[in-house]
Amino acid sequence: MIEERFDAIVVGAGPSGNAAAYTMAKEGLKVLQLERGEYPGSKNVQGAILYADALEKIIPDFREDAPLERHVIEQRLWTMDNGSHVGMHYRSDDFNEERPNRYTIIRAQFDRWFSGKVREAGAVLLCETTVTELLRDTAGRVIGVRTDRGGGTAFADIVILGEGVNGLVGQRAGLRPELKPDTVALAVKEMHFLPRETIEARFNLKGNEGVVIEAMGTITDGMTGTGFLYTNQESISIGIGCIVSDFTESNRTPYGLLEAFKRHPSVQPLLEGSECKEYVAHLIPEGGYNAMPQLYGDGWIVVGDAGQFVNAVHREGSNLAMTTGRIAAETVVWLKRRREALSKANLSEYQRRLEETFVMKDMKKYRKIPDFLHHNKHFFNLYPKLLSGAAQTWFRVDGVDKRTKEKQIFQSFRAGRKLSGLIGDAFKLARSWR
Amino acid sequence: MHIVVCLKQVPDSAQIRVHPVTNTIMRQGVPTIINPYDLFALEEALRLRDRMGGEVTVLTMGPPMAEDALRKALTFGADRAVLLTDRSFAGSDTLATSYALSMALAKIGEVFGPTPIIFTGKQTIDGDTAQVGPGIAKRLGLNQLTYVARICDLDAQAGTISVERRAEGGVQVLETRMPVLITMLEGTNEMRRGTLDDAYRAARSQIVKWSAADAGITELAKCGLKGSPTIVKKVFAPQARAEKVQQIPTSDLSTDALAASVMAAIFQKQPALEGDLLRFAAGQ
Repeated sequence: MIEERFDAIVVGAGPSGNAAAYTMAKEGLKVLQLERGEYPGSKNVQGAILYADALEKIIPDFREDAPLERHVIEQRLWTMDNGSHVGMHYRSDDFNEERPNRYTIIRAQFDRWFSGKVREAGAVLLCETTVTELLRDTAGRVIGVRTDRGGGTAFADIVILGEGVNGLVGQRAGLRPELKPDTVALAVKEMHFLPRETIEARFNLKGNEGVVIEAMGTITDGMTGTGFLYTNQESISIGIGCIVSDFTESNRTPYGLLEAFKRHPSVQPLLEGSECKEYVAHLIPEGGYNAMPQLYGDGWIVVGDAGQFVNAVHREGSNLAMTTGRIAAETVVWLKRRREALSKANLSEYQRRLEETFVMKDMKKYRKIPDFLHHNKHFFNLYPKLLSGAAQTWFRVDGVDKRTKEKQIFQSFRAGRKLSGLIGDAFKLARSWR
Repeated sequence: MHIVVCLKQVPDSAQIRVHPVTNTIMRQGVPTIINPYDLFALEEALRLRDRMGGEVTVLTMGPPMAEDALRKALTFGADRAVLLTDRSFAGSDTLATSYALSMALAKIGEVFGPTPIIFTGKQTIDGDTAQVGPGIAKRLGLNQLTYVARICDLDAQAGTISVERRAEGGVQVLETRMPVLITMLEGTNEMRRGTLDDAYRAARSQIVKWSAADAGITELAKCGLKGSPTIVKKVFAPQARAEKVQQIPTSDLSTDALAASVMAAIFQKQPALEGDLLRFAAGQ
């Protein structure tokens, strides 16, 4: 048992846990942070895009020394069929700003940097230390944690659970249910190394400019999911993920999908000659608002992936993690300053504050989307095919007059999905999106 | 009893790469670990301490980042860590290293109390010389017990220690007087986990950092590159052998087709095998 008593124990040293630990330590709270990995970031996987805004609110001058790869100046959205893609690209010189908005990062490096800041702020971090259980007093209040190390208990006024997507501590303690296969995605990713100049030539970049490709379509073989390709300084992160229950039903393997994605004629030339040096896999909570668990209780708060804080439509997660971590910490600091108990009633302030931010607003806005996409698979299979077919008909010059081409395109859509289906899908999508 | 363990931070050999042009080890960006042999020394020291009382000091010489290795050793349960770090140590061979370490060890004895036992691993995995331990013993005038597999007995009163030493052709049981330097063999014990309190203490403790001057080293000519008579004349990476692995894509094949293509690949390399198998099957 650690004799000293802490103001707060933070479980996990990912974006949410680090944001929470940093914010509290900087305000002078005595913080103990526990991480099961060998070092912060050793267990963490992300694409990865860093959204500057969320981090700026925690460490305003992070650009000075954070390990950033490239700032994103171009966003490509692709719908893909087997041999082609239809893309929407947005590239702007405005993104070459003094304080860029989005960066590609490598999490193993970034998390170590973030953790360094947390420790500089005064928090004590113990790695290779797994929290096995929450300790409660007779009234059921959480008062500390038990770890897998010998003599392993530590006590604090509050435990902040930033334990990630499959957070077993909270599950075991009954704070939230086990993950359901239809609310969690399994994503796999590879890091492909290429010389800087090659990446810059291939993606039309200079300096630290970067490109992000998000892709959907037949690459997921009818399953709900997306693929991505991000440019780092000297490597390309490429990955694909689908809802776990879809994998179970389809019998497809994640690595099989990734191999096919890499061989796609639109992707293969981008990776040509690269050396794959890393293969990782991770779960992503994509159940959205409806899958969110209770976020606080007597002596505990949930932040980040453990609270299902992911906006799957916009590929946002780490920014929600950092923001929830920060706001949880600010709530704790605020209550402590007022000498109020960290009780369930008082901690409802955390949720109230979250409701005022983009976090809860976005979670609510897209609450119907996960379910909608799960039950409308033609958005991943049929429509990308129809779109590619239409584009080909439209652009191929073959002596057929344009009015006939328009008819062909329209007929292909009607043949694929009856008119009522088309209208219904549009209507349902619009309703879920609102 | 005050025990000192000398350990070294080394690149994780599982992830090491050799520079294609200079043929030197690329240390940058490669994860580091405590030299695995040194962990057996550390665990043995911790066991002695737990049995006899006293404390364990870990000592390393290296760049400032070697602090990570020391902090890890504290997490395992060591009581104190000393980092000997100075630009003048850069480029040390085993002669210069054993000089600097022996001076630091003498200083540790002065400052933190006499050290009847000094441990090292039998060798490091990056240098593989096994010279530094004996070098320290010689310089400090200590009895040395190398390749020790087991500590049989320790009589603090009489100041004697007996150990099993693995030698060619058998096991020697040796007894000597302390102070002594012991180099531990691998596989002799298993590194402990370290309690939560150890981890907490390690995270918060200050590591003692000594420059050459702090350690009482005045003869800088004996340190670093200047003090190292060993000259690396040439480094070369062994020729990679011709590719032995053949990959067969699996995603588009049925199980039978996959089996057939595996068989075909094998028979292509070993043409005689197909006939042998057929004859064997016919004979059954």
